Amino acid sequence: MKIIHHPDSATLVSYAAGSLDEAFATLVASHIASCDACRAELHKIESVGGALLETVDAAPMSPSTLERTLSLLDTAEPDAAKDKPDEPTALRKATPNVPSPLARLLKGGLDDIAWKTVAPGVAKHALPVSKAARSTLTLLRIAPGMKVPDHGHGGMELTLVLKGSYCDVFGRFGPGDIADLDEHVEHQPMVDSPEACICLVATEAPTRFKGILGRLFQPIVGI
Amino acid sequence: MERVARHRDREAFQCLFLHFGPKIKAVMIRSGTDSGTAEDLAQDVMLTIWRKAELYAPERGTVAAWVFTIARNTRIDRLRRQSSRVYEDIADLNLESPEADGEQETEMRQRDSLVREAIASLPPDQRRVVELSFIEDMPQAEIATALDLPLGTVKSRMRLAYAKLRERMEIVK
Repeated sequence: MKIIHHPDSATLVSYAAGSLDEAFATLVASHIASCDACRAELHKIESVGGALLETVDAAPMSPSTLERTLSLLDTAEPDAAKDKPDEPTALRKATPNVPSPLARLLKGGLDDIAWKTVAPGVAKHALPVSKAARSTLTLLRIAPGMKVPDHGHGGMELTLVLKGSYCDVFGRFGPGDIADLDEHVEHQPMVDSPEACICLVATEAPTRFKGILGRLFQPIVGI
Repeated sequence: MERVARHRDREAFQCLFLHFGPKIKAVMIRSGTDSGTAEDLAQDVMLTIWRKAELYAPERGTVAAWVFTIARNTRIDRLRRQSSRVYEDIADLNLESPEADGEQETEMRQRDSLVREAIASLPPDQRRVVELSFIEDMPQAEIATALDLPLGTVKSRMRLAYAKLRERMEIVK
């Protein structure tokens, strides 16, 4: 997989800081899972987090908290004793094209998705996020040759291609590529792969978005 | 850290607790929680450090960077009440490819002191957006509101700040 389009460095910084909302964090993690370059960047940014932690003025803790923590150490078993990494490995092997952070949400491959047709040539599938999330995560399947109407981006919106490809003024986007567009950008993507293009889209909570989902579904479902 | 991981050394853990606990507590308070909750969260982070100590890989980053990621994940789960599971997925991937970006520990330490110097030398407006992101846990849009700036300006300050920090980190290699 040759990845050409990466997240904006401001997006990576926010991801590393932990300040991206859940849907965005899941999408960025899905890109990082298949992008060695961004994973290396992530380590660098996390070292910035470590250095900043060191500069913070301490808030004194009560001595009893230390004692209580020490008394709890026996009950806190080392994590390495459990073989936790097995689960994502197994999932990743079973599901080609699906990065491990996404595999957990899909419970199957890209071929087993219960698509809901929302417009001719366009189907979607909503993915679960935490109750407290203020962002939504959606899978989109767009038919070959299909043009998405010109649209801008009302709020923050990220797209990750999982299968197939599309092109727009910014170039060609294939599996692993992320479209991290500024809110004022307008574009008109067209699916140029012989197979349908499957993308993961993260947007701010539905009431606020005017981006791709809104443009695709507004006339039909009246969001 | 090594003494905690390999020998389950309680005295070494106590040192880590005394050093990082109050800093983690301070970060939690600055992320918007009360002192009591922050104290509980700091305790939880320290217990996670004890449990996961064996997973710390010195060739991949400093102890402070690793502690930061654990505090960050706890903050997402407990303060934001969202899920940090995807961050764990990425950490698991790293465990499976130990050679991916292996660096020498001495390089790491050098890089760490360079990062600190570089942060100190950032222009105040750039340093502020970075601190608000990492320490105050503010999303870009919130930073824009708090500083009364357009979102685009916040993003470009973050990009500029990171480009400078990154440049300083590269010097080591």
